Order: sequence, then structure tokens, then C-alpha cells
Amino acid sequence: MKIEITDAVWLDERQQFSLAELADLSGLPEPELKQLIDYETLLPTDPGAGEARFGAHCLVIARMACRLRNDFDLDSGGLALTLTLLERIRALEAQLRALRVLIPQQGKY
Amino acid sequence: MKYKDYYQILGVERNASAEQIKKAYRKLAHKYHPDVSKEADAKERFQEIGEAYETLKSPEKRAAYDQLGSGYQAGQDFRPPPDWGRQFGQQFGDTQSAFDEADLADLFAGFAGGRGARGARGAKFPIPGEDYEVEAHITLEQAAQGTELDINLSVPEFDQQGVPRRVPRTFKARIAKGASEGQRLRLSGKGGKGSNGGRDGDLYLNIRLLPHPLFRPVGHDLYADLPLAPWEAVLGASVEVPTLDGAVRLKVPPATKSGQQLRLSKRGLPKLREGAGDLYAVVQIVVPANTTERERELYKQLADVSTFDPRSHFKRA
Repeated sequence: MKIEITDAVWLDERQQFSLAELADLSGLPEPELKQLIDYETLLPTDPGAGEARFGAHCLVIARMACRLRNDFDLDSGGLALTLTLLERIRALEAQLRALRVLIPQQGKY
Repeated sequence: MKYKDYYQILGVERNASAEQIKKAYRKLAHKYHPDVSKEADAKERFQEIGEAYETLKSPEKRAAYDQLGSGYQAGQDFRPPPDWGRQFGQQFGDTQSAFDEADLADLFAGFAGGRGARGARGAKFPIPGEDYEVEAHITLEQAAQGTELDINLSVPEFDQQGVPRRVPRTFKARIAKGASEGQRLRLSGKGGKGSNGGRDGDLYLNIRLLPHPLFRPVGHDLYADLPLAPWEAVLGASVEVPTLDGAVRLKVPPATKSGQQLRLSKRGLPKLREGAGDLYAVVQIVVPANTTERERELYKQLADVSTFDPRSHFKRA
């Protein structure tokens, strides 16, 4: 069986995408991405810049938005609300993880 | 080909209305969607549910599926009736055995309309390939040093007879050091094949760090319990502490409290480009489970001379 060796590229904040690139990679058309920007669910890196650029985390959000829209037939308002709530859950889970690490592992000492 | 009972998967009767099918799908999707569900088998169940809905929501695909017959059990080997594909404008070739290795979902993926249009033969517009997303489980050591991961996928491709088949593809993905929990990598063009000039899809890897016996990661920082004897916490001590790069000595200051975090700078996980997180040794003052007569005598002497009251705030409250 052929094994392909490939370098994986990190999706981190240094990678930026244009609106067109975001649409191409996420599967969500530009008009729908613009609606998410209006709802402030997607935020460009520099709102004052001429051409909007978006960080890698926006690609993650846009891909999730496309999946949720396809899977649940959500309109833009419902989608924005869902994404906001999911982000809030993610932040809470991160806080919980940060607190859990301070609890000693029981039964070892 | 294995039969899948899409009506059973959605929990509806074979004569269910489109509205009933939609309602059943929404309820199950809500329960098993991988972006929101915590069920252990959410990803597999959602794929199954999505596949069933994708077929039954389309009148054309549903009719084609019903024509396959209804006497099969889920998981049973079966073949479509002769000329089944031609009735619905699909050209799968003449050999019945061509279906043996095919997957039922991929068979309907070739029908026009909705997400099933991806890869639809006869379409005139470019269709991008599907993106794939997999979880990559690595150890803290692999995250710290970088690693190569073997990724095995089973992806749908059309064979020479036009029958969709699951084809194994294997990648060795090189992952540079600097990973942390939840980070994502993108392998451009390593997803599903595009058609009619559409670009190939991408493969996304989501990093998941395996539990470690000593360290607990938060971002690039690591946390580890540091058990201390009571006298070490009171008097201070020099103790050996493990790190990912081997043990180091840590100076514990006198009057160290339980729960206090002692920071070892740059001893956490390395970051993507430069630097590293920190290691925090979280102090746990532990008492011996068994003591000798002499030890108990000394503890009693200490109790008699000490004026320390750890519960003085109880009186103030």
C-alpha cells in the first residue's frame, strides 16, 4: 500500500485568510460569512483594514458553521446564536480544565 | 454490500411522511451531533443518522432506496436488483458483483442534489472534494519532541465500473513539536478527490493529548503534584522534581502552603515557534500513614509548644 508522507501545517494565529479563502475552505458562501461577521460571530483581525483578513480560528468557526447549517437547517440568526453558545461552552470547559489540574490526584501519596 | 435499514436508524416506519422523517432526524441530530454531543459513540451514530436522512429526505433517493427491497436485515449482505441503477439514471456497469465491496451510502452519493451532488458524475460544474477531520492522539512526549503519525482513512472513490468503493489511504503526517490539546493541523489537498476540476478536499487533524501519569497540561503549561512532608513545608527543602527532559532540583521555600504553585520556568511544553510553557509544581502536604512511638512523641512536643492555630478565623466568623 502506498504511504504518503506529508508535512502538516499548524492552524495558528499567524495564518490568515481572506474572505474568499475562508469561503472556499469552509464551504460556507461569502454572503453567509458576511452575515456571521454582522453578528460578530466572526471577527476580522483588523476591522479597520481595507481588505478583511481572518485568523485561523475563524476557519474553525466557519467550518463548524457550515456543518451546523447543513445538519440542522439553521438560518443565520440561529447559527450565530448556536456558535456563540458553543464558544461560551468551550471557554467554560477550558476554565474547568485549568481548575481541575489544581486538584491532587487522589490515592497516590 | 451490507444492507442498512435507514428507517430503523431514524426510528420511523417505512411509510413515514417527509415531515416525520425530518422531525426524527432533528431529534437524533440534536442528541448525537459531534459539535454538541458528549455521547461516547456520537461521531459514529451521527454519521449513521446523517447518511439515513441524506437518502430518505430526497424523494428520488428514497424511491431508489425503497426499490432495493425491504426484506433485508441490517448488516446483511445483499445486491441491488438487476438494472436497479439504470431506473434512476445511474450507470454502475453491468456486473452485479461490482457492488460486493461498495458501501450503501456511497451508492446514493452519486445521485444529484444536496450534499450527495459531490462527485455526481455528469455534473458540469467543479465540485470540491470532501474535507476529512480526524483526531490524532499523541503523548506529551510526542507533543514536546515532534512526531510522525500514521493516519489510516477509508475514503469513497469511483472504480472503473462507476461503483463507489471504500479505498484505504495511509498517510505519515510529520508533526512539528509544539502541539497542545485541541490544536489543529491542516493537510492541504489530502481529503476527498474533487471532480470536474474542483480542488481536492483537506484533511484536518485535531490534536488530543493522552493522559500522563505525572503531568496535566493546560495549554503549553504543565501541572504536577508535589507531595511534601510537613517538616519540608515548614523548614523548606531542596527536592527532585520530574520534568519532560529529566529530573531537576527545586528549592522549596520555608512556610510553603498546601495548594501553593511553585513555578519552574520554561519546563512545560515547547511552543510552536519559540519558547515553552511553564511547569507548576502544586504542593500537597502529606502526613505519614504510620508513625513510630518516637515520632508521635516528637509531634506531641511540637503540639505542646506551638501557638499556631489554623482555625483562628472560625472564631472571628
